[in-house]
Amino acid sequence: MEKTIGEIRMENRNRVVARWLLGLLLLVLFILPWTLGTYVTWTASNILILALYAAGFNILFGYSGLLSFGQAGFYAIGAYVCAKILLGTSFLLLGFLGGVLAAGLAALIIGFLCTRHTQIYFAMLTLSFGMMIHSIIWKWRDVTGGDDGLVNVPRAPLAIPGLFSIDVSSVESYYYVVLVIVALGIFLLWRMVNSPLGLALQGIRDSEQRVAFSGLSIQKFRLIAFAISGMYAGMAGSLMVPLLKSADPGMAHWTASAEPLMATLLGGIYNFAGPMVGAFILYVAKELIARYTEYWSMVLGFTVVVLVLGFRGGVVSVLQGLLFRRTGTVSKRGVDA
Amino acid sequence: MTGLLRVEGLIKSFDGFLAINRVDLQIQAGTLTSIIGPNGAGKTTLINLITGKINPDAGRVYLDEIEITRLPIHERVRKGISRSFQISNIFPRLTVFQNIQLPVLARLGYAAFPLASRDKFSQANAEVEEIMHAVGLWGKKDQPAGVLSHGDQRLLEIGMAIAPRPRLCFLDEPCAGMNPVEHGQVLDLIMHLAQERNLTFVIVEHDMDVVFAVSDRVVVMNKGEILADGTPDMIKQHEGVREIYLGEDVLGYA
Repeated sequence: MEKTIGEIRMENRNRVVARWLLGLLLLVLFILPWTLGTYVTWTASNILILALYAAGFNILFGYSGLLSFGQAGFYAIGAYVCAKILLGTSFLLLGFLGGVLAAGLAALIIGFLCTRHTQIYFAMLTLSFGMMIHSIIWKWRDVTGGDDGLVNVPRAPLAIPGLFSIDVSSVESYYYVVLVIVALGIFLLWRMVNSPLGLALQGIRDSEQRVAFSGLSIQKFRLIAFAISGMYAGMAGSLMVPLLKSADPGMAHWTASAEPLMATLLGGIYNFAGPMVGAFILYVAKELIARYTEYWSMVLGFTVVVLVLGFRGGVVSVLQGLLFRRTGTVSKRGVDA
Repeated sequence: MTGLLRVEGLIKSFDGFLAINRVDLQIQAGTLTSIIGPNGAGKTTLINLITGKINPDAGRVYLDEIEITRLPIHERVRKGISRSFQISNIFPRLTVFQNIQLPVLARLGYAAFPLASRDKFSQANAEVEEIMHAVGLWGKKDQPAGVLSHGDQRLLEIGMAIAPRPRLCFLDEPCAGMNPVEHGQVLDLIMHLAQERNLTFVIVEHDMDVVFAVSDRVVVMNKGEILADGTPDMIKQHEGVREIYLGEDVLGYA
């Protein structure tokens, strides 16, 4: 049963539609600061960062089948390390690099201890380590500023000494820094899920035992997934600091770990674009609801429940069903349901 | 013939129930061995112990005279032991092609490559294609494995078991739940693979006609022990074997 010409045509058509949509999205994101003003640019920066955070989280959650409640810890490590570097020196890229590496290193160490376990044990361990990071940030006043956090962090210029220096102190210009880094990060993730590594991680999600019987160390691959998603959380935290010009201990709180989780559930966990679309919906919903009621978190929670139940498999898979015609042989919904 | 696998004094109990009781076993390279025995005899437990799914309470396992008793599963696979499962254990959300691709990439040492597209590994993909043709699933390569029919999932199990290029391959009830026609086809496939790839197979099988027709050697288990071990003809004559199968007419005695 080889593919028929009709099926190949449909696949090509779907690919063309996907490319056009991606191109359109990038165009909108590119011209957004010129046309829609500072508030929208600020909002878009936040959404992009959350999208990167959630997409990295989904490498662990959707692709490898491991639910972590400790992501906020790595996010905060990225944020605080970046803030400390920017307060000491004024090299933006150095701040990002430091944040990502610190978060990655912490994820390797904590992951080494957590990835020996799965399911609820794994989730509980990540929750505990996340809370530990939160208390360290809360208590270690001399370094972290305690409950005040770190304030007056400069939006340092994007510079490599001796080569170039670009001022990014306005919200609009910093937005482009965010856009480029998020786009690059997501492009790398896309390469990753389509690489042999991505296949091994998806194998772990489907059947750990079979991965071991394929000749791979499950623990090693779980750790790789954990470290990657930790680095992405750290990147997101690092990007957030110059935008807010501060870092605060709330970033590390376990409730903050729910953000990438909710975004991913909303958008769809078995879908590459799911967490990013979910990030958009979550952020916009939060903004809108907070305008009307101080009980916004209750309304938001209710909205998320309705959306998750109403769009089984996530918003993206429902949209895909409308936008793209399925090829005859593959019915993804049949498996994902 | 050389001894490929040697098992010595293997013991395993679950909550006081002695599932495997001092089992000794040798498997010669290039043979097809069947393990038979009533339900609960310990056939699957024995395979689990040899392949590393569970660890024994006592005893040793050697592959080519190298001890592997407590090696993790993936290291045993790299040394040349693979298996299939009685209840299909596939990657349901991955395509049929990807189900075979993963063990092949793993064997070639490419599984941790983080950024190169999977399409670029042409040597691995050619091997995947060859295995899929061998088990007859090439036409369904793009289907998610979870939607395959039961029979096709059993074939995929065999494909995944031979993908790591094992020297010793355990097939735990490869024909479970199949109709007689499919049953025959699968056994033909196993015999063909054994010859073509020079594979040593150990299969757990219930159909005695089949067992006696295809096996070089038959191992009979009962209550966690090896009751008899020999050529099909020897087993047919064995008093103890006739006793445990009495009344089932499986050995061809009216």
